[in-house]
Amino acid sequence: MNLNVTPAEPRVWNTRATQRAQRLERVARELGPALQGKQVASEHVVALLNAALRPFDRVCLEGNNQKQADFLARALVQVDVQRVHDLHMVQSVLALPEHLDVFENGIAAKLDFSFSGPQGARLAQLVAQGGVRIGAIHTYLELFARYFIDLTPQVALIAAHSADAQGNLYTGPNTEDTPAIVEATAFSGGLVIAQVNEIVDDLPRIDVPAGWVDHVVVAPTPNLIEPLFTRDPAQISEIQILMAMMAIKGLYAEYGVQRLNHGIGFDTAAIELLLPTYGESLGLRGKICRHWALNPHPALIPAIEAGWVESIHSFGSELGMEDYVRARSDVFFTGADGSLRSHRAFCQAAGHYACDLFIGSTLQIDLAGNSSTATLGRITGFGGAPNMGADARGRRHTSPAWLKAGREARAGLRGARGTPRGQKLVVQMVETFREHMQPAFVETLDAWPLAEQAGMELPPIMIYGDDVTHILTEEGLANLLLCRSDEEREQAIRGVAGYTAVGLARDRRMVENLRDRGVIRRAADMGIDVRDATRNLLAARSMRDLVRASGGLYQPPAKFRNW
Amino acid sequence: MTGMESLHYEFTGTRRVAAFAPVLVGVVGSGNLEVLVEPAAPGAPVDGLCRYRVETSARGFGAIWEAVLRDFQERHRFKGLSVSINDMGATPAVVSLRLDQAAAGLKEAAP
Repeated sequence: MNLNVTPAEPRVWNTRATQRAQRLERVARELGPALQGKQVASEHVVALLNAALRPFDRVCLEGNNQKQADFLARALVQVDVQRVHDLHMVQSVLALPEHLDVFENGIAAKLDFSFSGPQGARLAQLVAQGGVRIGAIHTYLELFARYFIDLTPQVALIAAHSADAQGNLYTGPNTEDTPAIVEATAFSGGLVIAQVNEIVDDLPRIDVPAGWVDHVVVAPTPNLIEPLFTRDPAQISEIQILMAMMAIKGLYAEYGVQRLNHGIGFDTAAIELLLPTYGESLGLRGKICRHWALNPHPALIPAIEAGWVESIHSFGSELGMEDYVRARSDVFFTGADGSLRSHRAFCQAAGHYACDLFIGSTLQIDLAGNSSTATLGRITGFGGAPNMGADARGRRHTSPAWLKAGREARAGLRGARGTPRGQKLVVQMVETFREHMQPAFVETLDAWPLAEQAGMELPPIMIYGDDVTHILTEEGLANLLLCRSDEEREQAIRGVAGYTAVGLARDRRMVENLRDRGVIRRAADMGIDVRDATRNLLAARSMRDLVRASGGLYQPPAKFRNW
Repeated sequence: MTGMESLHYEFTGTRRVAAFAPVLVGVVGSGNLEVLVEPAAPGAPVDGLCRYRVETSARGFGAIWEAVLRDFQERHRFKGLSVSINDMGATPAVVSLRLDQAAAGLKEAAP
């Protein structure tokens, strides 16, 4: 037997650097005088992409939750499909029509992403027709992680607010995904191409250093940013206020929740608007809700002004909040220039590891507590919710809220399952019926037939039942940590499912027994009179009230100016 | 209005309510409802019943209405009342809240 190691074929170890040099050389050759340093005039953007991209490249087109590299997206649709085809798109959000147009016209073939809310129905159609191959649907953090493992972009097309002559970038308050994308691309021999709104002599601050940026194009129009986190208080219902009262008294006060993340719906906006009124009446200021992983929600202005909030780190920004954030720099993370620095990757990590509670809405909950926003005929993904709404199994630091939840979950258990540890509070807050009498509680999630329809290996569940600790509806609060069997869990869920078919099919005796044990708590059990749930409890009842509460610093986008 | 559905329910009760002026809560608007609670009409049989009349724009939810009204009746056990509801697609949660708001002002009659 010959144990000598066979010498490997001589191999080249710097192909990435070589390919990078070739791309840059091709861009320089084809653009000629249209390339000025790193700058390319907007009319040459398609030529730039034709030269920079190769077939089968992995391309990250910055499509974030809010900020979009929309000019580069429109340019990508126009490249020469003879030269650029079969791209593998890796991007967090499919928000713009162009994000799918590239698949329809053969420029791209494969897709790995996180969220496709506005394009969900069209994506499902394209998948059914074979026009898109989906690698996987990820959480934001999970996709960013793969940028550094096996989905590293060869070319990143990003959006920033401004650049200087050297190519340093200022992202403005919506930094969002940019640092994660650029880091993965620039340090693996990739090309970073940025669209900016303007070139300036002096940037307010540098969010991306010029050495990581290859080309800069001034877009003819400012990059698109969606105000996704603005909730008009005028639309908050009494039922949402009732649920918010139960959240504050039955959860936040009960567990002493200091650090948390809120979803984006009206349900959680109601909680934010009840802190300075109802929360204050319970003497909870300083005892709950001091530290947040949260975008600058306008609905939180009254609580901030009333001294409830010590710190907020943000995934992104929110249009209209710029001056308010600047004037409250003790609370928000801001640069030396005064403007917000958001960062989705770090904020997702903060929400996962450093928050004790996540509360958000969903569309459907099944009898195991599995929760999903997936509906038939749409492929949407869940963005950040699964990371916010999951126990952080790697967490080791303690807090009273985390320890209390852990004690409740493990009481009476032995061995590995009984070993003391804490648990994150993960709350699903839903009205039992949505609009048009769609039940929020179902025997079978739409996720199951959708998985079959779209050929997925797993049903797209947003938050797994074994991560959900509480379900809050207008009928009450079910504490799943205290359930000791699947049957108890099922009845606890039925017991807050109201008049849905799932709720009506409850075992009434067992539900009353769970109520006696405190597994289910009604408003009355928490000392809440349902009739007190009026809109008078809202610290702001209109957009105008929010502006007033901010001392005029908050400037809502036009579509929210309804006075 | 076309498309409205009329539903009628009667439940027995034990609590007689002191004389009161009709109570009206809520408004007829999308996702909302109006609840009018009155003493049973003069001359109506004193039969220990509480009568519910529902006019709703959302057809086909009779079983849910019955469950919501039965639970309300179990909570309050009224008799000798007439409850009229004009609904524009309110959820059961809103219906229950309005009913409880309407019932809040009623006092039990002295025995």
